[in-house]
This record gives sequence, structure tokens and C-alpha cells, in this order.
Amino acid sequence: MLRDEDRIFTNLYGFEDFGLEAARARGDWDNTKDLILKGRDWIINETKESGLRGRGGAGFSTGLKWSFMPKQTGARPHYLVINADEGEPGTCKDRDLMRHDPHKLIEGCLIASFAIGANACYIYIRGEFYNEGSNLQRAIDEAYAAGLIGKNACGSGWDFDLYLHRGAGAYICGEETALIESLEGKKGQPRNKPPFPAQAGLYSCPTTVNNVESIAVVPTILRRGAAWFAGLGRPKNTGTKVFSISGHVNNPCNVEEEMGIPLKELIEKHAGGVRGGWDNLLAIIPGGSSVPLLPRSICDTVLMDFDSLRDQRSGLGTAAVIVMDKSTDVVKAIARLSKFYMHESCGQCTPCREGTGWMWRVMERMVQGKARIDEIDMLFDVTKEIEGHTICALGDAAAWPVQGLIRHFRPEMERRILQYTGTQRVAAE
Amino acid sequence: MSANGTAAPEGPKEFAFEPEYLERAKHIIAKYPPGKQASAVMPLLDLAQRQNDNWLPRVAMDYVADMLEMPRIRVYEVATFYTMYNLKPVGKHFVQVCTTTPCWLRGSDEVVKACERKLGIGLGETTPDGQFTVIEVECLGACVNAPMVQINDDYYEDLDGPSTEKLLDALARGERPVAGPVSGRQTSSPAGGLTSLKTPVPKSNSAQTASSTQGDD
Repeated sequence: MLRDEDRIFTNLYGFEDFGLEAARARGDWDNTKDLILKGRDWIINETKESGLRGRGGAGFSTGLKWSFMPKQTGARPHYLVINADEGEPGTCKDRDLMRHDPHKLIEGCLIASFAIGANACYIYIRGEFYNEGSNLQRAIDEAYAAGLIGKNACGSGWDFDLYLHRGAGAYICGEETALIESLEGKKGQPRNKPPFPAQAGLYSCPTTVNNVESIAVVPTILRRGAAWFAGLGRPKNTGTKVFSISGHVNNPCNVEEEMGIPLKELIEKHAGGVRGGWDNLLAIIPGGSSVPLLPRSICDTVLMDFDSLRDQRSGLGTAAVIVMDKSTDVVKAIARLSKFYMHESCGQCTPCREGTGWMWRVMERMVQGKARIDEIDMLFDVTKEIEGHTICALGDAAAWPVQGLIRHFRPEMERRILQYTGTQRVAAE
Repeated sequence: MSANGTAAPEGPKEFAFEPEYLERAKHIIAKYPPGKQASAVMPLLDLAQRQNDNWLPRVAMDYVADMLEMPRIRVYEVATFYTMYNLKPVGKHFVQVCTTTPCWLRGSDEVVKACERKLGIGLGETTPDGQFTVIEVECLGACVNAPMVQINDDYYEDLDGPSTEKLLDALARGERPVAGPVSGRQTSSPAGGLTSLKTPVPKSNSAQTASSTQGDD
């Protein structure tokens, strides 16, 4: 279990004030100038060496992503954009980081912007987080007033402006190119890649988009050293991670833990265990709604990191653990996710726009068993027609939960169909 | 993708920002580079909606389009794409119940039923006195405090049927209940007692958020 002294987000629950004075007491903004004066290459290398992988779901190396930006700033300015459009069902970690520890994010924005040659950064926060955004804005104002950001930020010689931009309710804007479109004042519909944002992003300028948590951990990594962060977790799956544990546990909560903690330990130590005990567990979605669920047999031993969960054909995603006990109608739980993806499809690509609605309608029949057995195979085939055939990953995200259900709970789906067919036959007689 | 209205309702014939809102609009536009003022369309539509009793009539969209020198159709596209723009009038208390899987697992059905029972309306409806509108929404990102509702700018969390009814009663009496978990636990911490961060001593008023009625950007 992670020791308190190795926790980065020491005000995760907001017991202390979020403001500048309290943030300084927690160690934020401590000699930020010195970190900047060590130079871009040092910052990017330390971040690479730490093994930090993006905390928004994809798990790509943060330092490597920064290195894709042009080395010199040309006629087009560089931008850092923070993806704070948290909305993956099960996930509510960035909310806590922004409302309770916003200075970690702001300091990270300055350092990361400097590293990629950006003098301006936009934080795109989901519109529903109104009060969280207000805390963050107050912290930004404090940082300006204290000379920590703005002209000659922290006395480093680097000019840096930071702006909060509020979204207005669209899950798709968590996709980086949709987020950029939205920030430009358009519908949030993803762009084709290439060009990648590092070549042409916001206002067609070189842009890096990073998740809140990825950036908020950077100042601490640089202060304590890449080796410290890399020493936590497992190789290629390093550091700490904020987990959200929801659903059928005794004490749902957010908690920062070491990457690679066993799923069972995470739930029993921090969330008070599964409701009714571990034996009452049916299945767990380990990384936010988009990743395939895991049956109990896998949950017994699986570790919570990128590679362990990928090996089980699921994923760490946003590290949002959704627990379902044996009382759960698992088909309905996944059908509700299908409804979510149907609602959130931006409508741009046909396989997703039509496919998400089709999957939801079939899933609703599967809940009742009003289907034929071979329709389970057809449903699986259709998920494969959606997956990989759209501009962005929302199509994949809609397909995977259904695939996971069929992979692990096909007998339950068949049972319902047989039961329903049976009742129909009895009624006919 | 969402267009939450069908036929355009009767709205005001004219719209213009009041001085205070105009100041805030200018402040927002200044966040974006010269010539990129279209980036301000979403926050300006939000401002317009706040000035207009929490819904967005077409004249307000036109006003924002003209202010930002955007073709009106581009503004209509934005206003109909994002779910937070209300294209028809809503009640004074705009109750948004999350029913996505994490909330559903924790009993969001009971929250919906409590709203329907207490207010005598179904999802998507407004009480005849214009006090309450209830709608179903997708994940609001407070899953470890499920089930929850958003009422105007505030989240109310850790709900069940009875606490939802209590909340609606308080609002009907004109009170503004303290936002956050109604269970009384500290934000997203485990209800059974801390399992981490036991070292720092809990201090004070930290969980408070900035006043949401003022706006701040």
C-alpha cells in the first residue's frame, strides 16, 4: 500500500483549503523557477524517465508526447490544452484535483507549457463542473496576482497565460480533436488524424493535449525526481494513480494508490470491500465504462495497471473501477452503457451514429431475452463492424462493453433467451 | 449529439446583454487571440442563458452571433449540439438526474421515482407553477458519490429516495441546501473512515466552493 509520504494529492478530499497559501504549505510552487531554469530538455527527459503515461485513458508516454512538438517556435504559436472534460462513466478523479488541489494543475501547466514552447494554455473543463471551475478560476487569479503565471512567470523569464474554458455538455469533447474543435467555437466533432495536434491543433497551431492528472503530477515528479516516481508500481506502469471506486462497494471513494495494486486489495483496503463480501462479486469494469468488464475469476488476481489489464483483454482506461455484485442485472448494466454511447455519438461517422443506436435496441431486447440465440453472434459481429471503422475511438468505446459482456456472460444471455422463449411457448399453449 | 427542443417556443422578441453581462462577455472574448473570437461562443451562450432564466431563445443566439461576427447558423449548430443549452423554458429549479450505470447501480431509479412522486411530473416535464423541471442526464462525473442530481449549478450526492424528497421539499420552501454529499461524508472520501491521508489534520472550510451565483470568468 502506498505510504502517505508518497502521495501527490495530499488534499484529495478537500479537508484543507484549495487556495494558494495552503497549496504552498503542501509544497506547491516551491522553487518553480529553478525547475524551469533547468531547461526544456531536462523537463522532458525527467518526465520520460519517470515512466509517466497519460492518465486520461490511452496511457501514452507524456514526455514522449511533448517531444513531438516542433523544437523551435515558428510563425505559429504553440499551445498546451488541458483536457478537463471528465465524463467517462465511473470517473470523477479530475474533479477532485481541480476543486481541492488546483495549484498542482496550474503549476504543471506552466512547466509543461514551457517544455513544449507554449506561452498560452487553455484548460477545457466540462460545463457541469461549475463550482469546480470556479475554484480553479480563483486559483488561477491567485497565481496571476502572485506573479507565478503571467509575464515573467515565477521570475523565470517565461511569459505564460492560462485560461479556463468551460464546455457545455458533450462527452465527445473528451476526445482531443473534438475538444480542439469545441475550443474553436464549433460542434465537438473529431478530426481525422493526421495531421496530429502536435503539427496542427488549436487554430491550426502545434498543440499538445494532456489530461488533468497527467499534468498535475509533473511538478512533484520533477521535485522528487524521476527515479522516485519510476520506483513506484511496475516497469512501464510506474507511479501513483488516482482511482475512482464506484458501484456495489461498502464505501465508494476516490483514492490515490500505487500503480499495479491488486484490484482486490484496492477494493478491500479503501472501499470497504464488495457489498456482501468478495464472494458476492459478479463482475467489475476496471477502467471506466469503455473497457470490457471482468468476471470475478479474473478480479481475484488482476493488477491495476495498463499492461496487466490489457493482458486480460480489458484496460486501465481512467482507472475508474465500477463494481457489480451478484444482485446486478449485468445485461441491463451494459445496455445502459449502450444507451450512453448512443446519446453521446457525435453523429459524424455512420458506423457509430447508426451502430450505437442499433446496439442499444438489440441490447434492450437481450435484457428481456426477446431475441434468438444467433442474434448474440450477430450483435458481436456488428460491434466488430463499428470498432476501428470510425474517425475517433467512441465507436470502439461503444463496442467494447458489449464485446466484454458476450465474452464473459454469454451463458446468461442465452439463459434469458431460452427462458423468454419458454414463457412464450407456455402462453401459446 | 442533442437537440433538446423541437418546435421553437415563444421567447422574448429582443435580447441584449445587460451591462454586467456585457462586461463579462468582453472579458471572455479577450481570452482568445485576435480574430479567434468564435472561441467565445460557448461561454457567451451560457451567459445569455443565465441572463434569460436558464434558457436560450433564438434571439439570444442571433445576438451572440452578431457580437462574435459569426454566421448565425454556426451558432445554432453549437446551441443544438451541446446538452447544457436549454432551447425551451425550464423551471426555476432545473433538476438533472444522472441515471448512467454507476448511478443506476446505486439506486438512481429511486431518485427518479422520488422526483416523480414529489413533483407529480415525469422526466422531461415542468411543474405547472414553473418551479421544477426534471430531466434524465448522462454521467455527470461524481460516480463515487452516486446516485446524484445536479440542480442548477450544484451537485447533490449520496442520495436515495427519502433524501431526494427532502431536498426537493427544501427547495420548494425557498431554501438553498448545502451542495455535496447529503450523507454528510467529506466529498469523495470513504464513508467508513479515512484509509489514506491520515497524517494531515483536517482543518476547516476547505470544501467550500466559490459562490456560483456570481460567476467569475
